[in-house]
Amino acid sequence: MSATAVPRHAARPRGRRNYRLRAWVTEALCILLGIVLVIWSVVPIYNMVQLAVQPNGDVFTSTVWPAHPSFLSFWVVVTQGYWYLEHFWHQFGNSLYMGVMTVFFTLLIGSLSSFAIGRMRIRHGWLLTNAALLTYVIPASFLAIPFYLIMHDYGMDDNIWAVIASLVTFATPYAIFIFLNYGASIPLELDDAARIDGASPPQVYYRIYLPLMAPAMVAVGTYALLLSWNEFLYQYLLLSSDKSMTVAVALAQFLNSDESPWNLMMATAIIYALPPVAIYYLFRRKMTAGLTMGGVKG
Amino acid sequence: MDGMQGVQTAPAIPQAAPAYAMPLRRRRLLRGGLQGSEYAWAVAFCIPYIAIFFTFVVYPVAFGLWMGHNPHLYVELWQDPIYRISIVNTIVYLAVGVNLKLFLALLLSGFFMRKRLWIKALLVIYVLPWAVPSLPTFMSIHWMLNAQWGLIDNFLWNFFHIDGPAFLDTSRWLALGSVIAAYIWKFMPFWTVILLAGRMAIPQELYESADVDGASGLYKFTHVTFPLLANLYLVCTLLSTIWTLGDFITVFFVSGGGPALTTNTLATLGIRDAYTVAQPDLGVAAVMTALPLLIPLVLILMRKLRTAEVQL
Repeated sequence: MSATAVPRHAARPRGRRNYRLRAWVTEALCILLGIVLVIWSVVPIYNMVQLAVQPNGDVFTSTVWPAHPSFLSFWVVVTQGYWYLEHFWHQFGNSLYMGVMTVFFTLLIGSLSSFAIGRMRIRHGWLLTNAALLTYVIPASFLAIPFYLIMHDYGMDDNIWAVIASLVTFATPYAIFIFLNYGASIPLELDDAARIDGASPPQVYYRIYLPLMAPAMVAVGTYALLLSWNEFLYQYLLLSSDKSMTVAVALAQFLNSDESPWNLMMATAIIYALPPVAIYYLFRRKMTAGLTMGGVKG
Repeated sequence: MDGMQGVQTAPAIPQAAPAYAMPLRRRRLLRGGLQGSEYAWAVAFCIPYIAIFFTFVVYPVAFGLWMGHNPHLYVELWQDPIYRISIVNTIVYLAVGVNLKLFLALLLSGFFMRKRLWIKALLVIYVLPWAVPSLPTFMSIHWMLNAQWGLIDNFLWNFFHIDGPAFLDTSRWLALGSVIAAYIWKFMPFWTVILLAGRMAIPQELYESADVDGASGLYKFTHVTFPLLANLYLVCTLLSTIWTLGDFITVFFVSGGGPALTTNTLATLGIRDAYTVAQPDLGVAAVMTALPLLIPLVLILMRKLRTAEVQL
């Protein structure tokens, strides 16, 4: 800090009173900001809930609080009691399947290649890192049209594996970065010791590398799952039949139809949103650590 | 080593000093430090990612470039008034949305540095928009902005007896503003957490010595916090700009491109041209007109991410 900009201290007693006053004002402003932030963050979510607990038709009223709250719409969704919800659980299963497969393949492919780059130090490994970096910064939606046409040519229309392929493609680069970064903190001597004891590379990978990488795996796995749950465009373009579509596509399709009962839609949306929210809050600390790992060396 | 069969280079390596005992630099000189079967294993480990990269990144990119190579597509695009409106929208969306979001995130990350229990609890609520999947929340915001039955309109009517504005139905700028607000709502928490981590990495002694020198809060921000966060902030801006350029879901669900197709951005216009208008080439061409902006951003960002080791 330069000495030129040092403000002069005021005389002591007055300074102390000023200090207390300022502390009070700061505290009050903080609380005010806190209230604003809570309202700002929660209102759209409150809106979801208040729409979901309204009986049919009450959606079209001018109330801020639901007049006759009921959980009927959740019951209708869970029992698939409406024509557009006929395949709800099947579609929910699709979403889940897609998420789990994305997590599995992202972790598998990401950890294998980062093991080869970071631990085995394969020649030209930097080429792979750059490829991953490039994929990471390309907006996925810009590749959607050619991707769709290519999948069409392969006969992968309406196939959930086409979506999983796209999700793995866009999640793996992040996995590689995190694994490389995290792996750098594990001593290479561990691998060397295992090799001297006669372990083959797959054994080193499976017995040394994977167990040590567990925290990073949790962070990346959560990321991949949230990515697949948040993604919409590829699912929307690639999945078209009732049996193969995911909840996200079903919701969007229903939004476009004329007679959409918003209470049922919002109930569906809330049930759809619950698993990722739960997982996010469960692994939040690990996620944040992963997201900012090595955060600001620059 | 593993088995006898793969070891071809064994005579070249002195028995007393196996490859893995050499210094790293020496090791890397010898086929990347790997011999025989190990090298084969390392290549095998990389093959899945290489395959994915070529099948799902390189091939679609090349295919897209081929689809959009015809110059008359760009003439056709330029003659479309919706396209010209979308260009302006994209620029406004990026300039206002990204910068406002990141600047607010920077300020709020300072707020969340305060060591109070209730502020830590507040952070848990504050990241809620980020934790809830995008689709349900954007649908909810779309309904909330409904001119007749939306929550905002109901609120204004019940408490102040004013008829709220038709956010999405009449005015282009009101609708675009709504999209930007929804975008900020959704993505600001994420960047706040990133910048918060950046602030936490700043050594506390710097602030203590600034306090000793009697520096004010603003002074500490401009002379300690910001210089140290500048690089991270720049990387966040670049990355966020690129991702926002490709943002489809916000516009698609909040305004749906309306009223009268005046709030499309390049990402949604591309999909509209390809599917609703059924001209995939035109859609690809629309998206490709973002390349003059995208390519420099990608190059700068890749350089930054490599050299500064900023990891997001």
